[in-house]
Amino acid sequence: MRYAIPLVVLGVLLAFFTVGLKRDPRLLPSPLIGKPAPAFSLPVAAFPNTDAAPLKLGNAEFAGKPYLVNFFASWCAGCQVEHPYLMTLAKQGAVTLVGIDYKDADADLRQWLAARGNPYAPILVDLDGRAGIDFGVYGVPETFLIGADGRVLHKHVGALTPEAFERDFKPLLGAGS
Amino acid sequence: MIPELGHFALILALGIAFLQTVAPLLGYQRRDAKLLAFAGSAAQAQFFCIAFAYACLTISFINTDFSVAYVAQNAHTDLPMVYRVSAVWGAHEGSLLLWMLMLSGWTFAVSVFNRRIPAELSALVIAVLGVISTGLLLFMLLTSNPFDRLFPVPMQGRDLNPLLQDFGLAIHPPTLYMGYVGFSVAFAFAVAALITGKLDAAWARWTRPWTTTAWIFLTLGITLGSWWAYNELGWGGWWFWDPVENASFMPWLAGTALIHSLAVTEKRGLLKSWTVLLAILTFSLSLLGTFLVRSGVLVSVHAFASDPARGLFILIFMAVVTGSALTLYAWRAPKLATVGDLHLFSREGLLLLNNVFLVVACAAILVGTLYPLVLDALNLGKISVGPPYFNAVFLPLMVPLFVLVGFGAVVPWKKGKAGETWQRLKLPALFAVAFAIVVPLALHGQAALLAVTGALLGAWTIVAASQDVWRRIRAKPSLVAGIASVPRATWGMTLAHAGLGIWALGVAFVISYGFEKDVRLAPNATTEIGDFTFGFVGAQEAKGPNFTAQQGEVTIERGDHSVTTLYPQKRFYPSQRNVMTESAVDATLLRDLYVSLGEGFADGSWSLRIYVKPMIRLIWLGGVLMFFGGCLAASDRRYRLARAADRKLALDGGTQAA
Repeated sequence: MRYAIPLVVLGVLLAFFTVGLKRDPRLLPSPLIGKPAPAFSLPVAAFPNTDAAPLKLGNAEFAGKPYLVNFFASWCAGCQVEHPYLMTLAKQGAVTLVGIDYKDADADLRQWLAARGNPYAPILVDLDGRAGIDFGVYGVPETFLIGADGRVLHKHVGALTPEAFERDFKPLLGAGS
Repeated sequence: MIPELGHFALILALGIAFLQTVAPLLGYQRRDAKLLAFAGSAAQAQFFCIAFAYACLTISFINTDFSVAYVAQNAHTDLPMVYRVSAVWGAHEGSLLLWMLMLSGWTFAVSVFNRRIPAELSALVIAVLGVISTGLLLFMLLTSNPFDRLFPVPMQGRDLNPLLQDFGLAIHPPTLYMGYVGFSVAFAFAVAALITGKLDAAWARWTRPWTTTAWIFLTLGITLGSWWAYNELGWGGWWFWDPVENASFMPWLAGTALIHSLAVTEKRGLLKSWTVLLAILTFSLSLLGTFLVRSGVLVSVHAFASDPARGLFILIFMAVVTGSALTLYAWRAPKLATVGDLHLFSREGLLLLNNVFLVVACAAILVGTLYPLVLDALNLGKISVGPPYFNAVFLPLMVPLFVLVGFGAVVPWKKGKAGETWQRLKLPALFAVAFAIVVPLALHGQAALLAVTGALLGAWTIVAASQDVWRRIRAKPSLVAGIASVPRATWGMTLAHAGLGIWALGVAFVISYGFEKDVRLAPNATTEIGDFTFGFVGAQEAKGPNFTAQQGEVTIERGDHSVTTLYPQKRFYPSQRNVMTESAVDATLLRDLYVSLGEGFADGSWSLRIYVKPMIRLIWLGGVLMFFGGCLAASDRRYRLARAADRKLALDGGTQAA
């Protein structure tokens, strides 16, 4: 009987794979879409000055104009992939880019940005991942488009690409006002 | 025309693969020697068909024939020749063709080097490989044909992903695939043994060199991948516990366990059903790796453009191949059980323990890799498992494994004696303790716990592993005679174990004593890191064949004398509008100096990322030593000498069966 154990284990694994296959981890519909963005009020990262006064920013400060909320971290490989494109986006200045540094060490963040450049208008720090939970983030990078009225218009999972931005974000930029 | 010929060759290969499966199985059932003999010819014909198809695709790339969709997606007229050839495996369809080329190549090798294997066994092995081949060819022709045409023909291709335009990455996937695919031979041997019900020391001796050869490639592939990530990702890391890395590491761990349990099966005729199970698992994990990369069920930097239809196909394929092998195992393995004495304190006992640790480590990584997928499937939410989990479960499991390596080389088969073992190991143990205290202090002035542990285990592994060779050489009158008297397998084992020790040293030191610094430097400004002074001269334009770059110049001094000048680049590839960091490294065995270019500012200053990485080279040196160890072990004399004896044994076996 014990010789059949591997077969049983395989069966269980295959069942999970079959279910897993039907779910695309990149195209995860967020229950937040169309709803007001979760309330957040997070400290601003100490970058580039380490001794700047601690300051908190929240939804209210960004209202009135559409903005992107990009969850990232210095330890995340996907963030590194999308980073050059975020720099391009920042240079174009089409949309405000709010970075939320997810479960990261302050020193690592500074190193990361110093080496690669900072595409974010403000960087907020989500040390314990609480804002991440509110937004339903399950992995970084994830990017949310918040409309001028404060509603979540779109969610992108994984590295943001020019194609995805043109296709999914740009048409929505005018909406929600 | 050429793409059509390639497509036709693939269809032909599918037909041959099908016959290669069916004919030997029928032959085995009917005891028909002609049908059995057909296996070898089919394997060879299939190999030529696939090699031809592969050549056709390569020619299409060299000619940048953009009427082939796959070429248009992965080539560009500015792409240098080397990368046109390597672009063949730059994406899904072509790497699948490469997989097939290797599978049929391995099968071809089995059909050629099978003279010391009973005809029946060799035909069954080829038939099992034919099943895999048939499945993959169907997969390729139905979902991922590399020869699909594109109309209208684009004027320019989309170019190869710049990440892949690097020599390290050009050779990394093929080496890895050789390893993955190579384990299919061990798998086929295991399934054939389950079919015939004959599994003895001779079977283990036939299977061993094939397994070791596959392991050699996988070891080299993983080492190259790690080296590439370090150089190319501009990130200074050498291992990220990314799902795709794990996918290559799991078969490596299982394959390493398999190599060791095959040794027990060959020498003592024990652990038979366990060995067979490991052979099945190792290849199944290789398939799983393919599934994870291709299907997009997990998010990873390595993930290829994913397609659910492809994922489903691989899943069904995996279910058929692994499922039928495990069903066969559940049915036939009870007959393989041996009643024999196994003392825990003997070489086979320690090897069994080694297997336990390796398989548990492999299972822990499997759990961590699949956990997000399982949670998601159960609707419990989406999470990602990162390095903290893997480091926490993996490193503690490695400690006992390293301790065991030292004992394994010294404790004899059957039954070990504690007193004798102590006599032989007390000096190595003493040396390891002294080394672990002195070296970290002498080199870095402080003893970090991890560095001391790593130095202790590393030195212990190296010295205890070399013991055996040392004693053999000392027993001979002269050094030359001594060196010649040591069998290659022993050299191989010693070298591989020493490589493991060197790897541990590298890992412990780089984690404990590495420096990282991110600085913004104006031209001609300097910064101090450790004992080194890094001076930034400035950055200017440079031009490559298909990119433009900003090239920085960084001088490095230690004390008063100059160490080196480094030229890190930031490259822009216009064809894909992609920016890549090309870091510059000055390497010696004791330390790496690593500079990568960040962002440029208007005033001419740049942000720079600078690392001092002590002994990081030892990590890859360890991998390379394991690779050479494997080469020596696989080419051991006894595999060649044993031919005559095996043939006689096989003949006797054949007469009894008939």
